[in-house]
Amino acid sequence: MTLVDFLQLDLVPMLAAILACVTCGLLGTLLLLTRNSMMGDAISHAVLPGIAAGFWITGTRASLPMVGGAIAAAVVAVALIGLVRRLARLEAGAAMGVVFSGMFALGLLMLVWSGADRVDLDVECVLYGILETLIWPAATGPASLFDPAALAALPSELLLLAGMFAVTVVALLLFWKELRLAAFDPAFGTVIGFDPRPVRALLMLLIAAACVAAFWAVGSILVIAALIGPPAIARLLTERYAAQFLLAALAGGAIAVAGYAVAALIPAALGAAQGFNAAGMIAVMAAVGFALATALSPFRASRRRRAAASRA
Amino acid sequence: MSTTASLPVPALSVRHLTVAYRDAPVLWEVGWATPPSGLVAIVGPNGAGKSTLIKAVLGLVPKLSGEVRIFGEPLAAVRRRVGYLPQRASVDWDFPATALDVVAMGRYPRAGWLRPLGRKEKGAARAALAEVGLSDFADRQIGQLSGGQQQRVFLARALALEADLYLMDEPFAGVDAATEKAIVSVLRRLADQGKAVVVVHHDLATAPHYFDHVLLLNLRAIAAGPMAEAFTPENLARAYGGRLSLLDQAVAAAAGAPGAAPRA
Repeated sequence: MTLVDFLQLDLVPMLAAILACVTCGLLGTLLLLTRNSMMGDAISHAVLPGIAAGFWITGTRASLPMVGGAIAAAVVAVALIGLVRRLARLEAGAAMGVVFSGMFALGLLMLVWSGADRVDLDVECVLYGILETLIWPAATGPASLFDPAALAALPSELLLLAGMFAVTVVALLLFWKELRLAAFDPAFGTVIGFDPRPVRALLMLLIAAACVAAFWAVGSILVIAALIGPPAIARLLTERYAAQFLLAALAGGAIAVAGYAVAALIPAALGAAQGFNAAGMIAVMAAVGFALATALSPFRASRRRRAAASRA
Repeated sequence: MSTTASLPVPALSVRHLTVAYRDAPVLWEVGWATPPSGLVAIVGPNGAGKSTLIKAVLGLVPKLSGEVRIFGEPLAAVRRRVGYLPQRASVDWDFPATALDVVAMGRYPRAGWLRPLGRKEKGAARAALAEVGLSDFADRQIGQLSGGQQQRVFLARALALEADLYLMDEPFAGVDAATEKAIVSVLRRLADQGKAVVVVHHDLATAPHYFDHVLLLNLRAIAAGPMAEAFTPENLARAYGGRLSLLDQAVAAAAGAPGAAPRA
């Protein structure tokens, strides 16, 4: 494998995977901290009809109508979940399960009906992502990294992911204390004039947008691995709020690199004709990372002992 | 204690307040006014609607009907003068936050939306933590605190708001003796500063010792007023009617209270 090969074939997929997993890890942290992880699963599936509709209108991937469609679908999903809970008096998990599986199936049907699956948005890419197709043929060497013409030829999916990452970081910094308050004690927030509802709505919108972006990297089914895996790993390693976000971002990057390396780079280096599916391997790495964090977290045990001692 | 004006404005007043969950009323036509300042207990049996009353006043549960006035004004106009201490069990103590992080939330209104908390506000949060005797625990993760310490963190957060009216939901629930003493002295200090503190309180034995005023609540406002006038065996019997063991305890408490009215 030459450097040019790496630049042309592997750099962009790896960056895309890293951006997707870091963005999802940051946003998923807030779901994890509010014990609302299932909502990530629900939204990541429920956006599909919106994505299909967006694709239908424009005929291109990674377009703004697609992001808009996904956000609209997420809003519909959240509203439907609330409605199902109230009308059917179902517990939250059941309501989410009904709504998101139904919407996901509708999205798949829309892809088939619209004929999109014959173009370049097939069911397989919805499930597994399209990392391997994000190539950068314009790269001719390290100099391409600084060549505006070559950079302009980068796949638009990468730009969408980079934009989503930037928006997420800015939103987290801007709403840092508001998000913390809404996550920890929304009732207190309401009383002191920090209504948690707009902050929560913003978070759901960001997650919907991130789902579209991450959709390209790891596929719809595995977005949940990127949303919950990194924050869960981080949660085992720290008790600090800021560190929780930093570690979730790091863990997201780590599972992306490790997953891509095991799936594509190592088989190629060993001369194998075909690697593994990168998205699947990233999800596997999230699970491996979580197992490692659980096993190697002496901090967790000592925390328990300290807590017991201080209560005694 | 009270203002010198001819008509002192109650710190909190409610009129015709009715709240229901689904079809069952939890509060029915409650009318009540606190004094302008001092320590006020809300006392009543389990399920009497004590917490609901506080939450309805704060707009956390919807009212079917009724009007709430705080210092004579609607809540929205005086939000900055109102402090709240929720029940300890209402939050997740495994949350990755330090005691100081939580107390600092009481300074968020000073910083405003989207602005980071300044050095001065963090200093004020530290001072509030010191007031409840937890300076040494500022950097401790909240899950590693004892129940009493957690309760004091919540109290410090309320203090950090520097409000004029405090509504506290069971601040004495499940705390150790040292914490109870610390909380009482903080409450007394607030009253001495002319603030009004309304506390949902469970323990009939200590109520007359800790508080100046009382509301006896059981779906309706049974009785309200200065402790010596309202906390009588007769009123307690009406509030706790039928629950004999509790009633005995209540009567004993009322009879033993220092300022209790002599029995007729």
